[in-house]
Amino acid sequence: MMTVSAVNDMVIRFANVNGTGSASANEMFAKAIFRMGIPVSPKNIFPSNIQGLPTWYEVRVSEQGYLGRRDGVDLLVGVNPQSYAKDIASIKEGGYFVYDSTKKLHPDYVRKGIQYVGIPMMQMCMENYDNPRHQQLFKNIVYVGALVALLDIEIEVIQDIIRAQFSKKEKLIPPNFKALDLGYQYARSHFDCPLHIRLERRDNVGDQIMIDGNTATGLGAIYAGATVAAWYPITPSTSVVKAFETYVKKLRVDPETGKKKYAIVQAEDELAAIGMVIGATWNGARAFTATSGPGVSLMSEFLGLAYFAEIPVVLVNVQRGGPSTGMPTRTQQSDLLSSAYASHGDTKHVLLFPSTPAECFDMSVKAFDLADRLQTPVIMMSDLDLGMNSHMSPPLKWDDERKYDLGKVLNAEELEKIEKYGRYLDVDGDGICYRTIPGTHPTKGSFFTRGTSRDEYARYSEDGDVYQRIVDRLSKKWETAKSAVPVPEVYQEGSRSTQGIIFFGTSSYAALEALDLLKQQGIMLDAMRIKAFPFNSTVEDFIEVHEEVFVIEQNRDKQFRSLLVNELEVSPKKLSPILNYDGTPITADTIMQQIMHHLPASVSVVSSNHKSKTL
Amino acid sequence: MTFVKPAFRHPGLPKNKIGFRKADYEGAISTLCAGCGHDSISGAIIQACYEMAIEPHKIAKLSGIGCSSKTPTYFLGNSHGFNSVHGRMPSIATGANLANRDLIYLGVSGDGDTASIGLGQFCHVLRRNLNMVYIVMNNGCYGLTKGQDSATADFGSMSKEGSVNPFQPIDLVGLSLELGASFVARSFSGDKTQLVPLIKAAMSHPGFALLDILSPCVTFNNNTGSTKSYDYVRDHIEATSVLDFVPEKEEITVDYEEGTSSSVVMHDGSLIQLSKLSPHWNPTNRDSAVNRLQEAKAKGEILTGLLYIDPKSVELHQILDTVEKPLNTLREKDLNPGTSALEKINASFR
Ligand SMILES: Cc1ncc(C[n+]2csc(CCOP(=O)(O)OP(=O)(O)O)c2C)c(N)n1
Ligand code: SF4
Repeated sequence: MMTVSAVNDMVIRFANVNGTGSASANEMFAKAIFRMGIPVSPKNIFPSNIQGLPTWYEVRVSEQGYLGRRDGVDLLVGVNPQSYAKDIASIKEGGYFVYDSTKKLHPDYVRKGIQYVGIPMMQMCMENYDNPRHQQLFKNIVYVGALVALLDIEIEVIQDIIRAQFSKKEKLIPPNFKALDLGYQYARSHFDCPLHIRLERRDNVGDQIMIDGNTATGLGAIYAGATVAAWYPITPSTSVVKAFETYVKKLRVDPETGKKKYAIVQAEDELAAIGMVIGATWNGARAFTATSGPGVSLMSEFLGLAYFAEIPVVLVNVQRGGPSTGMPTRTQQSDLLSSAYASHGDTKHVLLFPSTPAECFDMSVKAFDLADRLQTPVIMMSDLDLGMNSHMSPPLKWDDERKYDLGKVLNAEELEKIEKYGRYLDVDGDGICYRTIPGTHPTKGSFFTRGTSRDEYARYSEDGDVYQRIVDRLSKKWETAKSAVPVPEVYQEGSRSTQGIIFFGTSSYAALEALDLLKQQGIMLDAMRIKAFPFNSTVEDFIEVHEEVFVIEQNRDKQFRSLLVNELEVSPKKLSPILNYDGTPITADTIMQQIMHHLPASVSVVSSNHKSKTL
Repeated sequence: MTFVKPAFRHPGLPKNKIGFRKADYEGAISTLCAGCGHDSISGAIIQACYEMAIEPHKIAKLSGIGCSSKTPTYFLGNSHGFNSVHGRMPSIATGANLANRDLIYLGVSGDGDTASIGLGQFCHVLRRNLNMVYIVMNNGCYGLTKGQDSATADFGSMSKEGSVNPFQPIDLVGLSLELGASFVARSFSGDKTQLVPLIKAAMSHPGFALLDILSPCVTFNNNTGSTKSYDYVRDHIEATSVLDFVPEKEEITVDYEEGTSSSVVMHDGSLIQLSKLSPHWNPTNRDSAVNRLQEAKAKGEILTGLLYIDPKSVELHQILDTVEKPLNTLREKDLNPGTSALEKINASFR
């Protein structure tokens, strides 16, 4: 029989039951590989349910540092009989099925071409632990112990992780060690360890960290100086504000009085959440909210107000599968149009597309600066994959010299010098006007904020000319925004190719890997990773100079392509969509296959001498 | 069309103790229908702020959408205003107040704005005891969209076209008492004597202060059969008390008869003095306010005055335990934990 065989290159999948405490054991496993210096990328594939349903955790190990999802499971740990049939079918030819052999496996589940590694996990736990909950929990550690032997993980690394995890509940360390040892010894004495797939220490992670995007985003909001967070719970965005809260509690309490330099309000709904943000920023504080698709729908009316009344807003949209309540625990990039053009009338918003947790941090700081500078909503378009899964990421960085860009805000002395203040006067010709914060000056600088049309002095007006002047100025501001937002990253090797690829956000992991895979086939393509909307002028140039551009995105309706066509007025024929919208992160293989399928036979073939690109 | 008032002020006009004339508290000329109750309320707000000698820029006036919500343009021209979207003023006020606890937040809304589209936000801002004055200019109808019944229109009340309202009304006063509001009052736009001290007391109250003010819509709801018309309200009004508001440290000169009066000391030492018309009226007892309200309803009376006040009100900033300094004044050094903290955070993710 054939067996898969590889060192530091594999996909391990855990099939568990939601609510059985397997998550922390699975994370421990991923972390151990990371600590062995091997790049790793774990993903939770979970149901929109708290307990009882099947849940998966998938770990991709890639010495070369490919962190996107990859199809094909090399080893599956199956402890959920509910999903056995599907799980066993998902294993690659020659792969392994590690299962709980306490009960004999039903003959239906015997598949030729894969190898069965039965470990009587539950039986061992029953023999060694009394409490039923413990028996359940330690079963998870037993399989981790078995994997230590099967895959050749350094056991000390796992032990260190356990010690750190239970540093406050030391009593739990010995029983965890014991469970680890039970699995380890059983595997050692019953199977040839290690298997043909195994791990070996490397030095390929450098100073990187393993963190999820939502935590990095919450930290970004703290470093950006946000003092007001208003939110309403929705998967997968909830942990953004939770992270903000966890850290702000430690970092922003006045040491003398014990009082808080921040306010967090769980609003009654998304309408109120964004209303609070608008009220707070109108009044000169930095404020933000986080939500996902359905929340953005509810926030639309207020987003239009903030756009027209020119009030800064920072909104984090951690996208999930839509439409409606869609697939709440699956990932997509399908809120692009609804976010870019949220609300009625001629409205458009600045979007940022982070690809890594480090970028979630940087872009959330940037979002506050941009919102204040441009006096408009800025929406950070994260997604479930980036937000809720741990990713290997460059460490978060801050420059202590960095000052917040609060934009054009007049203080009392400045107001004093102005003859007649006009809130909506375009003094500098960049479309951005000067604002004042309530309470600044007793007689100067007050104005009326409203969602209705008004003149340069903020006076209500239904005069058509006045209205056009205002909305045209907003267009001018939009032009200004194009050079204020982060510029795209271009990947080009050697001379220019005739075809190009455009991608953004979390598709970047798979896209960069696909570029390498294509290169191995002798196909080299120029690529551009876009980081913001409105599109910087380089985007138009990139499309211009290529005959055909593949646009990679994770939605059905080619929304990003629509944005490009709509905003840049490029021919739709030039932009070929590469899509994945099944709710799982797009894979390099999907991208490569679709591109190969599309390419004319004449594309140049080059010798392959590849080195992977980084984000 | 924007109406601009002449800036000239007669130099001989009296000034309040911080040197402002009453005209300094006015706004643009009203574009509401002549005789609209809302304008009288604007007048009472101007009067109250002038008498209280509040610096105009220390007030932020916020509203939703509707004729009533337009009124902030017509008072306090030197204050920042925010005419937001329909029914969502409470969340704007919440954010604004969180950003700067030092201003006075005056919210103005209509009964449509509050009791229909904005009912959720109203309940929640009240529940959080946000430190604000919340005025409902209650005319039982939608003025701006031309007279449809609102959720506060009384059962059986007749519209201008003659249709009879078949639904029970939402009584914002009853609802507020039920939801635990810390200051609840009802008044009538035509009763300035009662209204001005009520507004003053509401402004001094640390927490959510509801003023439900009956404010007839002369254009769409001032007909016979309407229970929110001037005539109907005048005929059915029943004041609980006559109220005087005595600001902090001001000498108390008002006389009152023993047995029929009482006073409430507010957090800052100000005094609300009530000459009670209604026997056994205790404005600090929520249960008696609820009971009396029910009785009045049964008798067809419209009960006005300060119905309830919690002198121990704990407002949102106190609940959240935020710093005394307004959050919008904090800068990098107060807010940013710096690189060393971030390095530690990075280390915890290795
Ligand atoms: C989302 C939304 N729906 C509807 C409207 C239309 N609208 C404007 S004002 C109003 C009712 C106002 O009634 P009320 O709050 O009682 O104020 P009044 O005009 O009677 O003072 C409505 C329905 C709107 N502006 N926004
Ligand atoms: S329509 Fe009614 S509420 Fe509106 S301004 Fe006229 S009288 Fe007032």
